[in-house]
Amino acid sequence: MNFETTIGLEVHIEMKTNSKAFSAAPVKYGVEQNTNTNVVDWGFPGVLPTINKGALEYGMRAALALNCEITKDIHFDRKNYFYPDNPKAYQITQSQTPIGRNGWLEIEVDGKKKKIGIEEMHVEEDAGKNTHNPDGYSYVDLNRQGTPLIEIVSKPDIASADEAYAYLVRLRQIIQFTGVSDVKMEEGSMRADVNVSVRPIGSDKFGTKTEMKNLNSFEHVRKGTQYEAKRQQRVLLSGGEIQQETRRFDEPSGETILMRVKEGASDYRYFPEPDIPPIHISNDWIEEVRKSIPEMPDKRREKYVVSWGIPEYDAGVLTQTKEMSDFFEETVANGADAKLAANWLMGEVNAYMNANKLELLDTKLTPEHLASMIKLIEDGTISSKIAKKVFQEIIANNSDPKTWVEEKGLVQLSDPTVLEPIIETILDNNEKSVDDFKNGKDRAIGFLVGQIMKETHGKANPKVVNKLLMGSLKKR
Amino acid sequence: MAISASEVKHVASLAKLAFTDEELQKFTGQMDDIIGMVQQLSEVDTEGVTVTTHVTDAIGVMREDVAVTGTAREELMKNVPQHQDGYIKVPAIIDESEEA
Amino acid sequence: MDYFKQDLASLHNLLVKKELSVSDLTNATFDNIEKRDRKIGAFLNLNKEEALKKAAKLDEIGISADNILAGIPLGIKDNIVTKNLVTTAASKMLENFNPIYDATVMEKLNALQTITVGKTNMDEFAMGGSTESSAFKLTKNAWNQTKVPGGSSGGSAAAVASGEVIATLGSDTGGSIRQPAAYNGIVGVKPTYGRVSRYGLIAFASSLDQIGPLTRNVKDNAIMLNAISGMDPRDSTSSNQAVPDFVAKLDGDIKGMKIAVPTEYMGEGVAPEIRAAIKQAITTFEKLGATVDEVSLPHSKYGVPVYYIIASSEASSNLQRFDGIRYGHRANDVRNLEDVYVKSRSEGFGDEVKRRIMLGTFSLSAGTYDAFFKKAAQVRTLICQDFANVFSDYDLILGPTSPTTAFGIGEDINDPITMYMNDILTIPVNLAGLPGMSLPAGFADGLPIGMQLIANRFDEETMYRAGYAFEQATDFHKEIPTFGGQD
Repeated sequence: MNFETTIGLEVHIEMKTNSKAFSAAPVKYGVEQNTNTNVVDWGFPGVLPTINKGALEYGMRAALALNCEITKDIHFDRKNYFYPDNPKAYQITQSQTPIGRNGWLEIEVDGKKKKIGIEEMHVEEDAGKNTHNPDGYSYVDLNRQGTPLIEIVSKPDIASADEAYAYLVRLRQIIQFTGVSDVKMEEGSMRADVNVSVRPIGSDKFGTKTEMKNLNSFEHVRKGTQYEAKRQQRVLLSGGEIQQETRRFDEPSGETILMRVKEGASDYRYFPEPDIPPIHISNDWIEEVRKSIPEMPDKRREKYVVSWGIPEYDAGVLTQTKEMSDFFEETVANGADAKLAANWLMGEVNAYMNANKLELLDTKLTPEHLASMIKLIEDGTISSKIAKKVFQEIIANNSDPKTWVEEKGLVQLSDPTVLEPIIETILDNNEKSVDDFKNGKDRAIGFLVGQIMKETHGKANPKVVNKLLMGSLKKR
Repeated sequence: MAISASEVKHVASLAKLAFTDEELQKFTGQMDDIIGMVQQLSEVDTEGVTVTTHVTDAIGVMREDVAVTGTAREELMKNVPQHQDGYIKVPAIIDESEEA
Repeated sequence: MDYFKQDLASLHNLLVKKELSVSDLTNATFDNIEKRDRKIGAFLNLNKEEALKKAAKLDEIGISADNILAGIPLGIKDNIVTKNLVTTAASKMLENFNPIYDATVMEKLNALQTITVGKTNMDEFAMGGSTESSAFKLTKNAWNQTKVPGGSSGGSAAAVASGEVIATLGSDTGGSIRQPAAYNGIVGVKPTYGRVSRYGLIAFASSLDQIGPLTRNVKDNAIMLNAISGMDPRDSTSSNQAVPDFVAKLDGDIKGMKIAVPTEYMGEGVAPEIRAAIKQAITTFEKLGATVDEVSLPHSKYGVPVYYIIASSEASSNLQRFDGIRYGHRANDVRNLEDVYVKSRSEGFGDEVKRRIMLGTFSLSAGTYDAFFKKAAQVRTLICQDFANVFSDYDLILGPTSPTTAFGIGEDINDPITMYMNDILTIPVNLAGLPGMSLPAGFADGLPIGMQLIANRFDEETMYRAGYAFEQATDFHKEIPTFGGQD
């Protein structure tokens, strides 16, 4: 029997607003426990939520970028459950009126393009953090409590682990370009719940699904999904049944492990949040938000190819992250040649990031410095050999290339009045090579140039040297 | 519609309340009476009637996205039954959370 | 201090002229409470030290002639959060809860230099109509100490009626200000939903709760509402409607006012002596130049079930935060998280609160949501429409506040449904978010009878004008409970 796999992804992304979704406490990462909260986040008696307009607009932005229809009349709902990191014992979310519906994004796997539908998107609040200690206690930090999230629920269009992976990569890229989140997996600002089911090809009913929660690595999603689909097939082929259960991806073994069997649906007792009045989203407001969305990767890629003459493949690489694309555009805006800028970013810059395991923005390189260095190469101030030295300096130490080149005396020698006497001396000292040249041995030129470069410590401009050398030789 | 003791028990577990058998019996009886009273509503024709969940005129009230420094941790901790090193402390969970 | 012989204006006059110091007034108020509260039991917790400190400070600064509430001692219902003053909502759950912030109404009152003398008793988490569900003490009716003071703001009402203080704040979710005001023969107002900020009111039912004043006369009540009204950025449901001066138009002239009396409010369920008192009141209004017609609020009979579903559903969710983790009661004998939740909550909440949490949890459950919560929210729409229909033709609705006068202590406590039916005349007002007032309109067997005035949304002004005109034309508010007055 042959099977097909159906995968559903629920992705939570933390939005980088200034304040929390329902309180004015700041949204900040990496601060000391419970120092970024207020009485509202703690759910003290009598406190009330206030909806952050910025969070709602970010949600609309993301929904529009994912081609969703915006729900015009929205309210919030309470999802009730007890947990120490959930101080009110309800999460304010959207169940009846999601901010966006019926969107899609496009993925490409093995050269084949495919649209993946988005069922709906919600604006909601994140919970705090619980740390379980071996001492039998949990320790609760509410800093994250109330951080605005968007939850993006896919339609059951994803049919393989590779498609799931491509969906996540694409989703991260689009969200990043909207500017609503940095989408940093390592900070947990993007997390995915994955459900997987299999069914015999041709069956019109979905199989029973299992769920893996809170995965924060794309690779884990891919491997977990792959394993889970195979496991389910094995169970079915051996005459077994799939149970509705929650499983965990175990990284060392690459397997999924049963956590618990679900007994019916959880009863979250959703109902409209009475403390937040309904909100009407007007067409004008939607258009205003639409205009605020930065240029999306596809648009940028097209611009790079058509207007800037960047090869298709390179344009794709440069638009993979907003960081890179923004950096590239700023470098060009600072006067660098687009092709040279692209070559440097994809070559030396990338190599440096990989070697040092750094993100682009964690290096000391700025678009201004990169552009300035490229201009120094173009106008002949430095040689491409010297440029490599300059590059190491500006990416490691944030030095201004022009100043540094001057300070270190690395400016290329192009002045004939300086170069000519050197050339004459070299020719005088190497009569044999001059004779060889006259006898038609071109190799002699290479040797002579080498001598000149040695004499000038590599600073001589090779083009100028060539020209002057030919002139001098012809005169002899 | 009558409610059984086991249904009352299930509702109690959702609400994180526990009852003795005696209390359970009393509550089941009272819940049954209340539910009976509530059943009157079934005689009202509500076909096509919208729900009213808010009676405020403050439609579309939102807060601008401006952060305000939070409450001092020492203040927040004043009423916490058990805390340590700036964390709220609570006996461990046996089961993992359902939640994100 | 004999509060039976004063109103806010006369007290203010004494304070401004320094014929009375704030400290003397505050001390005298605590004397009142000490003498009377042994019998009445209105206060849960007194704020004597801080109150006297503040009074002394105000005496230093002096009382400004244009700040009528400056230096006035007030009682505050114990579900209104007061910074550094234990706030329990009359629940064991919050027995030791010491708030680190003030409710918005407290910030407003503090800015006006009022003095908080203490926190008044109430039904636990405001759930009840007799103050008998308080975890801490019984409060007695000022007129007859074998009777309940009503509830849930029973302490706030009894404190005013017995002359312990001149004014208090209460909260009203289904009648919790108006019914105890009626039982105690005083004036109680539930403002329009959104008129007063709910920030810092320990939530019972978010879409119904409002804070309001209880006083011995209409004008004092209007002064108090002036002080606490207005939009609050911390409460998104508070309204930005302009707040008029509720005192400005109290001139006794209500000629041409169109008043409606709902047939459903004068039916068999209402005690005959109460119907008689209301009929007499109608005559009074007609004499004052108002026209009074009979109208119908056909869905008002569904108010009670609708209310119990909606209020309990919201409450079941609102009260989930009481989990023994960040504040409030934590059970001692706990081995794991589930114990923390279940034991703390089961020990911390009383029976009535548990009953409502159970009903609410049930109403919101997956299998019952449509038949319960959704159905109730739909019928609520019909109740709102009934009122809207009447207010398209009338300025005011008039009826009794409660079907009976105060009942005996212990009489109804074990019969939830009878207890719930007491609220039948007040509940629809909360469901529709309207303002309502109860004021004295007679006596039966020595117990006060309350008349209810209901106005259109944000039209408290009309309600106060009518109430004031009625008060000027009658003497009911001048009666003093035998308990007090002569001490």
